[in-house]
Amino acid sequence: MKRVLEGSHAVAEAVRLAKVQVISAYPITPQTHIVEILSQYCTNGTMKAKFLRVESEHSCMAALIGAQSVGVRTFTATSGQGLALMHELLHWAAGARLPIVMAEVNRALAPGWNIWVDQTDSLAQRDTGWIQMYCEDGQEVLDSTIQAFLLAETVNLPVMIVLDAFYLSHTYEPVDVPEPEEVDRFLPPFAPKFQLDTAQPCAFGSLVGPGDYMDMRYQIALAMDDALIRFGDVEDAFAALFNRRYGPVEAIDCADAEIIFITSGTVTSTCRLALQELRAQGEKAGILKIKLFRPFPVDRIRKELQAAKKIAVIDRNFSFGASGIFAQELRAALCNTPRHPVVFGYVAGIGGRDVTPELLKEIYWLTKNSEVPQKESIWMGIQEVKYAD
Amino acid sequence: MIEIRFHGRGGQGTVVATILLAKAFFQAGYQVQSFPFFGVERRGAPVEAYVRLDKKKILLRTNVTEPDHVAVQDQTLLHSINITRGLKPSGWILINSPTLPVDLQPFTGFQLAHVDANRIALQRRLGTRTHPIVNTSMIGAFARMLEMPPLAAIAEAIREDFPVETEAMRNIDAAQEAYAEVNIVGRI
Repeated sequence: MKRVLEGSHAVAEAVRLAKVQVISAYPITPQTHIVEILSQYCTNGTMKAKFLRVESEHSCMAALIGAQSVGVRTFTATSGQGLALMHELLHWAAGARLPIVMAEVNRALAPGWNIWVDQTDSLAQRDTGWIQMYCEDGQEVLDSTIQAFLLAETVNLPVMIVLDAFYLSHTYEPVDVPEPEEVDRFLPPFAPKFQLDTAQPCAFGSLVGPGDYMDMRYQIALAMDDALIRFGDVEDAFAALFNRRYGPVEAIDCADAEIIFITSGTVTSTCRLALQELRAQGEKAGILKIKLFRPFPVDRIRKELQAAKKIAVIDRNFSFGASGIFAQELRAALCNTPRHPVVFGYVAGIGGRDVTPELLKEIYWLTKNSEVPQKESIWMGIQEVKYAD
Repeated sequence: MIEIRFHGRGGQGTVVATILLAKAFFQAGYQVQSFPFFGVERRGAPVEAYVRLDKKKILLRTNVTEPDHVAVQDQTLLHSINITRGLKPSGWILINSPTLPVDLQPFTGFQLAHVDANRIALQRRLGTRTHPIVNTSMIGAFARMLEMPPLAAIAEAIREDFPVETEAMRNIDAAQEAYAEVNIVGRI
């Protein structure tokens, strides 16, 4: 049934439907609404889950590592500084091959203290071994969160569902919330492949020498490669029941496009509007929405972009001393393909600034009117900054 | 697409007003979006919240800067902020006030309506004398002013958000009275 739901609540409904058994969280804006609802569900019996309150995000992830190790389904949500504080244990969760699922509401890192959207917090975790999915609207958030448990438990890697602060987390819109029986058919109870069990005592996480460590790391790399295939299987199974599918990437009007926007998160939605207007003017534009960031769907990206002349990558994030992070990934994915499109990198919407259809069209014209990028990264709208005397 | 901006003060249920209005428009067959001003909310401080509605899926995910219509839940805001900021010509303005503002000059070119939402809310013990919760009265008046969504959709949205029957009824009553009582002044 379709209900008008906040993006945060779409996550919470998915966690309820996934019958998560242990939730731990430390409150941080703009993620708070997710765990507020979940703590109510745990208190009033809507969910038969244990809600662990902790003194920090670091402890939160440690608690989930412990819980998941004994073979239960777990969930947390965080943002910005909270995710940064979790960093050490993000590596641990992936290395221990624990299928923990987290909702990460993109929030800018301090200072300056800023609660608004910026993807640098989650993208800075790209090398931790977590699967990452960037969502566009409330429905995708709900669907992806349910799917995340199946994917995580299939490949034994943790999954981060990423959503934009406010533009998605605090926005109400119609969302189709499936019935519990339907979700049960898609997502069976968690059956751990290994677990801490007093009946069969074993130890995890002990010292591993150079002889075995590298092989263990290689197994994680293989699991990530496998996740790309399994992502498709999970989507097939979900689509068969719910008739919705997103893809690791979505190509919109790319077949004959000469200039293709590369987008992620809610910017994709606004960009669809800009694209309609550009197409109406006869412009050969397209959008490649990147949903799956880890594993990065390199082959699909190469295929969808093979005929384009230029791509305009929109980064709501930045790696200082390099460039926007999606732009880096796109350059790396394309460099070994012959006659690949020229990569234009644009930085926009940092720290919660609006990315409007007008701004996106300005990016299109800048790209169209330049043979090659004037700079590796073009920061949009930066003249608005006023410095004190 | 129609964009609506609600002005209020923290604690008056301004954000909830837009959520209820969005739910009512959805009941009435519209695609909707509703969200607060993305900021830090404090009791008594000026608050803004928005509704978007359209017959097709809403793709725009930006702040609302040029609303079609505006509602003002606290008339003291008329002196402290520019409530017509970005408002489109001929846009409706609904003010929570028993009377028309004395100085109508700032509203030239817009359409005006007012309703005594404080009295309507207090008669139903919604909030306290110093902090009446006027949101359900305001959306009732708003529905009459715009001639949409239907009052039945407003009532349904309130029922969804207030699981306690007596609370839902008090709020629905408030919306109904405000719907009947709002003074539609029209173009200034």
